Amino acid sequence: MRIDFETCPARYRHWTLATEGTVAELVLAVDETGGLFDGYELKLNSYDLGVDIELHDAVQRLRFEHPEVRSVVIRSGRDRVFCAGANIRMLAGSSHGHKVNFCKFTNETRNAMEDASAHSGQRYIAAINGACAGGGYELALACDHIILVDDGTSAVSLPEVSVLAVLPGTGGITRVTDKRKVRRDRADILCTTEEGVRGQRARDWRLVDEVVPGSRFDAAVAARAEASTAASDRPAQDSGMMLEPLERHFEPDRVRYGLVDVTFERAARRATITVSGPASGPPETPDAIPRHSSRFWPLELARELDDALLHLRFNEPDITIVQFRSEGDPALVLAHDGFLCAHASHWLVREVSLFWTRVMKRVDLTSRSLLALVEQGSCFAGFLAELVLACDRSFMAEGRFEGDNRPDAALALTASSFGVHPMANGLSRLATRFLGEPEHLERLREETGTLLDADSAAELGLVTAACDDIDWEDEVRLFLEERASFSPDALTGLEANTRFAGPETMETKIFGRLSAWQNWIFQRPNATGPDGALRLYGTGRRAGFDRERV
Amino acid sequence: MSDATAVNYETSIPNNVGLSHDRRVLRALERWHPGYLDWWHQMGPDGFQDSLVYLRTAVDVGAKGWAKFDYVRMPDYRWGILLAPPVEDRVIGFGQHRGEPAWQEVPGEYRAMLRRLCVIQGDTEPASVEQQRHLGKTAPSLYDMRNLFQVNVEEARHLWAMVYLLQKYFGRDGREDAEDLLLRRSGDPDRPRMLGAFNEETPDWLSFFMFTFFTDRDGKMQLESLARSGFDPLSRTTRFMLTEEAHHMFVGETGVARVIQRTCEAMRDAGIGDVDDIEAVRALGVIDLPTIQKKANLHYSLSLDLFGSEISTNAANAYNAGLKGRYREERIEDDHRLEHDTYPVLSLVDGEAVTVDAPALTALNMRLRDDYARDAAAGIARWNRVIERTGIPFRVTLPSVAFNRAIGTFAPIEADPDGTIIARETFEARRHDWLPSPADGDFIASLMEQQTEPGTYAGWIAPPRSGIDNKPGDFEYVRLS
Repeated sequence: MRIDFETCPARYRHWTLATEGTVAELVLAVDETGGLFDGYELKLNSYDLGVDIELHDAVQRLRFEHPEVRSVVIRSGRDRVFCAGANIRMLAGSSHGHKVNFCKFTNETRNAMEDASAHSGQRYIAAINGACAGGGYELALACDHIILVDDGTSAVSLPEVSVLAVLPGTGGITRVTDKRKVRRDRADILCTTEEGVRGQRARDWRLVDEVVPGSRFDAAVAARAEASTAASDRPAQDSGMMLEPLERHFEPDRVRYGLVDVTFERAARRATITVSGPASGPPETPDAIPRHSSRFWPLELARELDDALLHLRFNEPDITIVQFRSEGDPALVLAHDGFLCAHASHWLVREVSLFWTRVMKRVDLTSRSLLALVEQGSCFAGFLAELVLACDRSFMAEGRFEGDNRPDAALALTASSFGVHPMANGLSRLATRFLGEPEHLERLREETGTLLDADSAAELGLVTAACDDIDWEDEVRLFLEERASFSPDALTGLEANTRFAGPETMETKIFGRLSAWQNWIFQRPNATGPDGALRLYGTGRRAGFDRERV
Repeated sequence: MSDATAVNYETSIPNNVGLSHDRRVLRALERWHPGYLDWWHQMGPDGFQDSLVYLRTAVDVGAKGWAKFDYVRMPDYRWGILLAPPVEDRVIGFGQHRGEPAWQEVPGEYRAMLRRLCVIQGDTEPASVEQQRHLGKTAPSLYDMRNLFQVNVEEARHLWAMVYLLQKYFGRDGREDAEDLLLRRSGDPDRPRMLGAFNEETPDWLSFFMFTFFTDRDGKMQLESLARSGFDPLSRTTRFMLTEEAHHMFVGETGVARVIQRTCEAMRDAGIGDVDDIEAVRALGVIDLPTIQKKANLHYSLSLDLFGSEISTNAANAYNAGLKGRYREERIEDDHRLEHDTYPVLSLVDGEAVTVDAPALTALNMRLRDDYARDAAAGIARWNRVIERTGIPFRVTLPSVAFNRAIGTFAPIEADPDGTIIARETFEARRHDWLPSPADGDFIASLMEQQTEPGTYAGWIAPPRSGIDNKPGDFEYVRLS
C-alpha cells in the first residue's frame, strides 16, 4: 500500500477544520475504525500516521488558504478525552522503520505548528477538556498556549516510561524542559507518573498555562483566541492561496510531478530528484501573485518536493542514495529569489519562504545519503542553492562536456543564503558549513548574485569537487558505488552527525538526541522483545526487563 | 472552635487497625476530618442533620459488634475503620503472583494501579450520598427514611474505608486524593464524580430503590473483585464493606418489590386487568407497571456502563498483577492466570451483535458484567413472583446489554430493549416507550409526599413484611427535630 500525504478537508476522517472570522477550530474526533493499517482500533482519540497526515494538511492550509485566521484552537470532539497519544497497538505492530518515520513526521508537523505561532502570526491554543496522555500532551506542547479543564480528574501525562518502557518520542520531554522550562525533578516526576499531573499543580509546574473550571472553559478559550488575534500581523482582508491537488503520476520507476521528477535506479538503490526552474519571471507585486498554487512556481516546487521527500521516506525504504539535479535558467530563479527577499514582509511571500525553510529541514532530516549534481543547464541559485548545501557531497561539472551544448554549470548565492532558511540548529547552511571559518562568510557575501563557475565554487568551498568531462563520470560512479556498499545504519548515524554541526536547539535535541535515544530504546528487548513492555501492552501481562543498565 | 478539636481521634473512631498507635494516619485524619464534616453538612441528607435516627453502627467486625442499634444524630455517627479479620497465611489467588504471600504493604511497582483502584472506588461512595440528599423530604414512611439514612451513613463509612487506605499506604499523593474525594460533586459540571452513573439524578424514591438495586449491585461486584486482592488491607477492607452493601441491595430489592406489590394489589382491588391502561392505574395513586419497567431499563443500562469497556487493558493489568480478581475467584476451576484462555464477548461486528472469543485476561470486565447480569436477574425473578401472586399478567424483564449504552461496544449504535439494532431516529422516536419520559417523572413526583406518622405508609408503596432490628410496625425510626 502506498502511503499518500495528499488530502484535503473534505476527505478528513479524523479532524474537522472550521473557521469563524479570525479564529479556526481544529477538532479531533478520531474515527476508531479509520486506521491507516489493519490490526488496531484508534480508541480514545489515539492517532496513527493517517490522523497526523490530516493534521499536517490542516496546518498547511490554515497558513496559506486562510490569511484571516490568527488563532487556531485545537480541541477534542470527544467527551472527557482530549487525546490518548499515538496508538500503542499500531506502534507495537509497526516495523522499526515505520515507527521512526512516523515519529519524525509527527515531530515535523508539531514544529510546523510552532513555526506558525512564532513567525506567521497564527497562534495555536490547546484546549484540553479531558485525558491528555503521551502524544496527546505532545500535541498540546506544540501549541503556543495550553488551557486545561480543572475538573478534578483531567490530567496531562507522559506515561511512556512507566507504561511502555519507551520515551515520549514526539518532543515531549524536550518541550517540557526546553520550551516550558519545567524544573528537572518535576519533569522527572511527570515522566514517571502514569496518571500525570492535573489542576493547579499542572499550572504551578508550568505544564499548562491556564486551568479553568468546565463551566468557564469555552469562555477562557475564546478569550485566549481573542488575545492572540490582537497580537497578529496577518492581513484583515486578502484572498487566500488555494492549495490545489498536486499533479502527480506514479509509474513503476518514476514519479512525475509538474516541476519535480523522481526516477529510481533500484538495482543501485538510488533515486534522482530533478527540480525544474521557472518558465517566467515573478509577478510585479505580491498582490499580483496568482492565488492558485500551481501558478506560482516557488510554492508549487516546494509542495512537490515536500511530497516527493515523504514518498521516498515512507514508500521507498530500500533507496539509500538520493541525488539532486536541477534544470532551468538561473537568471529566472534569481529573479524569483529577489522577489521573495524584496517582499519578505508580505504575508503570502513570508509563508512561501517559511515553507521552503521547512522543506529544506525535511531534506536535512531525510535519512538517505544526499548527493548534489550541479551540471550544465542547472539552476541552483538563491534559495535553490540550499539543496546543494544540504547534501552530504556535491559535484559540479567544469566547463562544457563533449557533445553537450547546454550552458555551463553555475551556482549562485543570494541574500537568502545567509539566514533566511535556517537549519534546525538555528544557523544558515553556509554558517554551519563554515563553522570554523566565520570570516569566510564575509568573503562569500561579496559573491552575492554572482553566477559562480565550478572552479570558483570549489575554491569557495561551496561544492565538494569540480570535475571536468574526463573525470566526471568516474568520480560520480565511484562515489555512488562505494556509498551503496556501506551499512545503511552506519550511514544514517554518520550523516545525522555531520549535517548538524554547531549549537543545539530544541529542534536539534528533539531530532538528534531524543529520537536517537528513542530509536535505541525501541530496538531493545525491554520495549520490543517478546517480553517487552510495548509488545505486551494491552495483554495484561507484565513486561520482563533485563535489569542491566547500559 | 472547629469540630475537629471536639474529636478524640484515638478513642472515638471505632477501628480495628490500631489507630491510636498509628501516628501517620492519625495526623492525616485530623486534617481530613474537618473537611469531611463540612462535606457531610453541605452534601449529606438535607434537613435531617438534627433528627435522631435509629441507626446501626459497626463498632467491631465480630458478630456482636457489627450491628449496634441506637438513636443517633447523623453528624455524630461513629464512622469507623474496620477491616475483616486477617486470614492467616493468606496467599495471592490469581495472576502472575499466584501462590505468593499476600502483600501487607503496597508493592512499589503497583502503587499507581492500586491507588487508582482505591480512588475510583472511593469516588462512588460519597457520590450516592450527594445524589440522594433531598429524598428525606419525600420519604414514604419513617421506616424508609431510616433505611435511606442508613444507606447514606454507610456509604460515607465506605468513603472512610478508602480514605484510610489512601492515607495509610499512599503517602502525600494518597492524602491529596483523600482531599479531592471531598471536592468532587455529583452532577457538578465543573467537578463531576468520576463515573457517569454517579452524576445522574436520583429524583424520586423509585429511582432510589432502582439505584440501590442496580447500581449498588455494581458496587457489590466491584467490591467482590477487590475482596480477592493480593493487597491484603484492600481485601480485608472490601470484605467488611460487602456485609454493609448487602443491606443496601436489600433496601432496593424490597423497595421495588413493595411498590410492585402495592400497584398489583390496587389494580386487583379495582378490577383493572389491563396493565397498559396507565391512566386508570395512575388514577389509583400507584405507579403503573410499564413505568416501573422503564425505570428498570434506565438504571440497568446506566449500571452496565459502570463496568467499562468489554475489552479492557486496565482490567487485564490489575488481574495479572494480583490486585483485582474475578467474582468468586476461588470457586472458579481454571489456572487463575488466564494467559492462554478465552472468554466469549458480545461484540459489534459489521453492525451485528455476535459473540467473539477474546483473550480471557482482557475480557474480565465482560465476565464481571455477565456475573452481574445473572445476579440482577435473580432479584428480578423475585419481583415477578410478587406480581404472579396477584395474578396480574406482567413480567419485569432486563433489557438487552445493547440497549441505551454510552460505554463499550454498543455505545455507537442504538438498539431496542430486545437487542435489535435500530436507527437512531427510530430510537429517538420511541425513546419514551422504553425510558421514563418527563411526564412519567412528573407523575411519580406528584406521588412523593413525606409520611411522618410512625407505621404510616404512602399510598404507592406497601409496608414491609417486618421491621428493622425486629421492631414493631409503628416504631418511630426517625425522631424528627
